[in-house]
Amino acid sequence: MDKKKNQWKAWLYLLPAIVLLLVFTVWPIFNTIRMSLLKDYDDLAAIGGATFEFGFANFAKVISYRGFLTCLGNTVLLTVITVPISTMLALLIAVALNSIKWLSKIFQTIFFLPYVTNSIAIGMVFMAMFSMIGGGPTTEPVSIGIINTIIEACGGTRINWVNAGSDYWSNMFVLIIYIVWNALPFKILVLLGGLQGVNKQYYDAAKVDGASRLRTFWRVTVPLLSPMIAYVVITGFIGGFKEYSSIVGIFGESMGPVGNPGSLNTMVGFIYDAITNNPGRASAAALILFAIIFAVTMVNLYVSKKRVHY
Amino acid sequence: MTENINAVSDEQILPAPPKGMKERDIRKVSKKQTVLKVLAQIGLYVFLTVIAIAVLFPFYWMLISSLKTLNEYNATVPTLWPQEFLWANYVTAFTGELELGQLFLNTVIVGVVSTILSLVVTVLSAYAFARLEFKGKNALFAALLATMMIPGELFTITNYVTVSAFGWLHTYTVLIVPFLVSVFYIYLLRQNFLQIPNELYLAAKVDGTSDLKYLWRVMIPLSAPTLVSITILKMMGAWNSYIWPRLVANDTMHRLVTVGLRGAAFVDEATGMTNFPAQMAAVVIVTIPLLLVFIFFRKYIMRGVSRSGIKG
Repeated sequence: MDKKKNQWKAWLYLLPAIVLLLVFTVWPIFNTIRMSLLKDYDDLAAIGGATFEFGFANFAKVISYRGFLTCLGNTVLLTVITVPISTMLALLIAVALNSIKWLSKIFQTIFFLPYVTNSIAIGMVFMAMFSMIGGGPTTEPVSIGIINTIIEACGGTRINWVNAGSDYWSNMFVLIIYIVWNALPFKILVLLGGLQGVNKQYYDAAKVDGASRLRTFWRVTVPLLSPMIAYVVITGFIGGFKEYSSIVGIFGESMGPVGNPGSLNTMVGFIYDAITNNPGRASAAALILFAIIFAVTMVNLYVSKKRVHY
Repeated sequence: MTENINAVSDEQILPAPPKGMKERDIRKVSKKQTVLKVLAQIGLYVFLTVIAIAVLFPFYWMLISSLKTLNEYNATVPTLWPQEFLWANYVTAFTGELELGQLFLNTVIVGVVSTILSLVVTVLSAYAFARLEFKGKNALFAALLATMMIPGELFTITNYVTVSAFGWLHTYTVLIVPFLVSVFYIYLLRQNFLQIPNELYLAAKVDGTSDLKYLWRVMIPLSAPTLVSITILKMMGAWNSYIWPRLVANDTMHRLVTVGLRGAAFVDEATGMTNFPAQMAAVVIVTIPLLLVFIFFRKYIMRGVSRSGIKG
């Protein structure tokens, strides 16, 4: 009797969550697959009774798009460049933080700051720092911006980073700097947490054996931290393939410098561009993205299974 | 016997000093080691300081730029400190096309309502999963966790179609309801609830306390830190969200702060150039609340973040 009463009570507690999840999470999974398989699916036309050709036409169309290949290329490049850099840098910072006493808390707080910022807003600050003001292809700029000023003060030559006429790799360089800046806090937090949990005896043993600092780092620290490293690499890859808002922050909705819109667009950007006018194609692109993320995560898990020491 | 073993292992561990080495030399070696250690420490501090400057510089640049005159900002050699403080940039940011007041109001309404509703839904579900017994509990929970693997973009496409069909475009509802339930928060809170000993629940039952009362009086106070973490992350999410709001509610009455900030052009009417100082002032206004929240709730934010890996 009491057990039965509990049954419906539990479902009552779960009701709001289940209703919302059914409408906004479960249904989308099926509907997105359905839309992706109907050629040029259009909602209004569907309500009007139109039928759509069933098959993989949307996928074929998406893959043959030059715009899509640009997006895919940008996404893959940004991911494979920024994930190793930010992971290595975060590891070095975490190890350094773990081996100092004085000011350690203050450094930790500073390094965490980028995490609690709005990535669109700070992207605009990076844009301001890298951009030149005024001037055209032939005329001298009024101001070359703070970063170029620093470069020239160090004896370098200024570069057109983000303005009209800037080249692809200059744009990418700014994006890489910004994405790494943004990705560091989470990785430092996780890796430092891991380091603080490491038993000090391992280090004492290494010291007693007369191992050098470098050797200790590669043979003790990295293996002991490998579960956390695997964790930040996997989440880094997943986040990297969904990169979008840092590019919007710096270059705006045009996803590229003035005069070259879309040149820095990503997979997610491609999907959002297609949502309103061709949901079928957007669905196909989203499923391709999901497949890529799934495959990369599986490879990551497979590699880490072999390499991670628990 | 034991002494013997000790002697052997000592010899293995400590490299034997070269023959003819006197005690004074050993002291010299240890002095050298101390010097090396100090140098290494200095190296660490230099490294960390360089990184800290790189991390802080954009914040510094944002602040000082927001106080410069347009002329000074556009100077050939950028100044590292404003020659005169132009607080009027903040007035420009508030009164210009941006309509920051309205943006703030919209964001606060959406943030507060969605946080409260989300907490209610999360607490009820987590309680059911942690304390109540029903058929298919584990299967349902596993199914929920499985949905966490799917990227949000996949949901967004259909959800856009759905909310259009509901006639929800350009309302507060569309900003609040579709992403109200977070499986991750349910999971987080359920883990917390499970740590509360079952004996308390049984004792409450014996006393005739109802489930809801027990939940309100015992479970919620005991898991307050997790609830605070969820609240902060949810509020920050509303403050930082960009993609979904831009897609479904990009009109003056409902636009959220990040969308408004990115959409505004900040063109100086006199010169036709970008008014970077006014833009930076707006960026400061958007960034400061986040930094304040971080300063006061550092512990809760870091606790939530280290377990999620999801920004915002």
